Amino acid sequence: MSGRHVLLIEDEPHIAEAIRFILSRAGWQVSLQHDGLTAMAAIAAAPPDVVILDLMLPGRSGLEILSDLRADARFAALPVLMLTARGQQRDRDAAARAGASAFLSKPFANADVLAAVRALADGEPA
Amino acid sequence: MARSALTGTRIRERRTALRMKQADLARAVGVSPAYLNLIEHNRRRVSDSLLDQLAGALSVDPLALSEGAEGALFDGLREAAAAAGLGDPLSAAPELDRIEEFVGRFPGWAAVLAGGQARVAQLERVVEGYAERMAQDPFLLASLHEVLSAVTSLRSTAAILVEAEDIEPQWRARFLRTIQEESLRLSDTAEALVGYLDTLDEAETGLSSPQEELEAWLAARGWHLDEVERPGRFDPEAVIAGVPELASGAGRTLARMYLDRAAADARALPLARLRAALAAEGPEPGRIAAHAGVPLSVVFRRLASLPAGTDGLPALGLVICDGSGTLTFRRPMPGFALPRFGAACPLWPLYEALARPMQPIRAVVDMAGRLPQRFLTFAFCEPRAPAGFDGPVLAEAFMLILPAPAERAASERAVGSSCRICPRAACPGRREPSILTEGQGPRGV
Repeated sequence: MSGRHVLLIEDEPHIAEAIRFILSRAGWQVSLQHDGLTAMAAIAAAPPDVVILDLMLPGRSGLEILSDLRADARFAALPVLMLTARGQQRDRDAAARAGASAFLSKPFANADVLAAVRALADGEPA
Repeated sequence: MARSALTGTRIRERRTALRMKQADLARAVGVSPAYLNLIEHNRRRVSDSLLDQLAGALSVDPLALSEGAEGALFDGLREAAAAAGLGDPLSAAPELDRIEEFVGRFPGWAAVLAGGQARVAQLERVVEGYAERMAQDPFLLASLHEVLSAVTSLRSTAAILVEAEDIEPQWRARFLRTIQEESLRLSDTAEALVGYLDTLDEAETGLSSPQEELEAWLAARGWHLDEVERPGRFDPEAVIAGVPELASGAGRTLARMYLDRAAADARALPLARLRAALAAEGPEPGRIAAHAGVPLSVVFRRLASLPAGTDGLPALGLVICDGSGTLTFRRPMPGFALPRFGAACPLWPLYEALARPMQPIRAVVDMAGRLPQRFLTFAFCEPRAPAGFDGPVLAEAFMLILPAPAERAASERAVGSSCRICPRAACPGRREPSILTEGQGPRGV
C-alpha cells in the first residue's frame, strides 16, 4: 500500500491541507491541484492510483474534468472519488452520470476519506 | 348523496326556526308525524327523495340539511386525519367513522382541530415557498456553501488535532491557525446571512415582490402563453383570474402589462413567422430581426416567450433592465445566476449595451459560481420616447443568454452574479467585498 499515489484536486486550501495530512500519514503519496484548468495536464503527466476530485472548482468544474477523464481511454477506469456538498442530490446524480467511482459528502469524517481511497485503490466499491 | 348522522337534527332546527309544527311538515312530505319524529332525532335515515321533499317544504337546499354548515369542518377534520396518517404508522388511527359524532358532541374542539389543520396547511405552503427560494437564491446558495466549506475544514482539522498522535509542533500550530481562520470565516458568513435574511419581507406565498410573482407565474406556464398567440383578442382578466402565483394586486397589474406587450409582440411577429426565421437564421436575434423585419427588442422578447426545445431552440434566458440598471424581467438560464435583490454584475454585456444604445453586442461570458459555466450572450439597448419628443427618453436593455460554443475564444469575459457572492477577487468592476473572497482568494465548495 505504501507509496501509492493520490491526486487531490481541491481549491479549498484548508480542506486540501487536512486531506493531504491524513493520507500522507497513512503512507500515501499525495499531490495537489487547486485549479480545474491544470488538473488534466497533471493527471496525464503523472497518472495517479486514485483521484479525489472536488465538484466545485475555479476554471473548470469537477464534472467537466470527470467527463474528460472518462472520454480518454487511458483514464476511463481511473478511480475517482468525488467530493460533493451534503444534501446536493442533484450534484451527486450528475457526478454519477459522468462516471464518478465513489462519493464523499462534505463535511466528512477523516476516517471515511481514508477508507474510501483505500477501497478504490484496491478495486473495491467504496 | 352523502348523508350525515346529524341530518335529522338540522331538519328539526330548520323546522323550529320556521315555527312549523312537526305534524304540518310530516303532512307536507307525506309521512307520519311519528316517523318524522324518529328522523328528527337521527334514529332513521332519510332517503334522497324524502330529503328533497323536506328541503322543499323547509325552503332550503338539500345539501344544507345533509351536510349543514359543518361541511367545511368535516373536510378540515378529514384533512387532519389524513395528515396524521402520514406520521407514525403505529399510532392509533383517527376514528373517521365517528367524525359526525365528534362534531356533534364537541363542536368547539372540532373547530379548533380543523382550524389548526388549516393553519398547518397554510404554513406548509409558506415553507414550500422558502424551500423554493433556498433552491434558487444565489446569495443563499453561495452562503450555505461557504458555511459548508468552513465546517468541513473545521471538522477535519479538529479531528486531526484530537486523533493524530505525536503531531509535529509546526503542524499543530498550522492546524490551530486554520481553526482560527475558518472560525472567523464562519462567523463572517453567518453574520452576512443573518443580515440578508433580516431584509426579507415575505408575503403569504413566499414570493416577496410583484416581479417575482410575475416570473413565478410565467415559469409555471413554461414562459409561453398560448392566449397571446391565437388570432383575435383575448381577455387578460380571464388569463390571470385565480392564478395562485399572482397573489398581490401589484403582481396582477404587472401581469396585465406583460400580457399587453406580449400580445403586441405576437401581432408584430406571429409564431409562424418567428419559427420560420428561427429555422432559417438560428437563434441570433439580429438575423431574425432582419429576416422578419421587426425591431430587435421584439425578437428578444419573442424568443424568451418560446418554450425550451421549440424547433431545436436551446435552453435560453433573458434579462431586461431599465435605464437605472434595475432588472425588470428575468427568465433564468440554468447556471447563469441572476441576483434576487440588488444590482447585478456590472461587467454583464447588458450594462455595456445600456451605455452604448443601439449597438448590438455579442459576447461569450464565463459566469463564476459553484459550477463555473460559459454562455453566449446577445445584448442590445433600445431608447424609446413614450411621451413623444417633449417627454423623457427611456432606455431599455436586453440580454439574451444561450449556451456557449464549445470552442473557447480569447475575448471571453469573466463575469459574476453580483459582487456580494462573486469569488473573483481581482475584478475591476467590484463595488463591494464578497463574502466568498475576503482576504482568502477565490473559493468553491
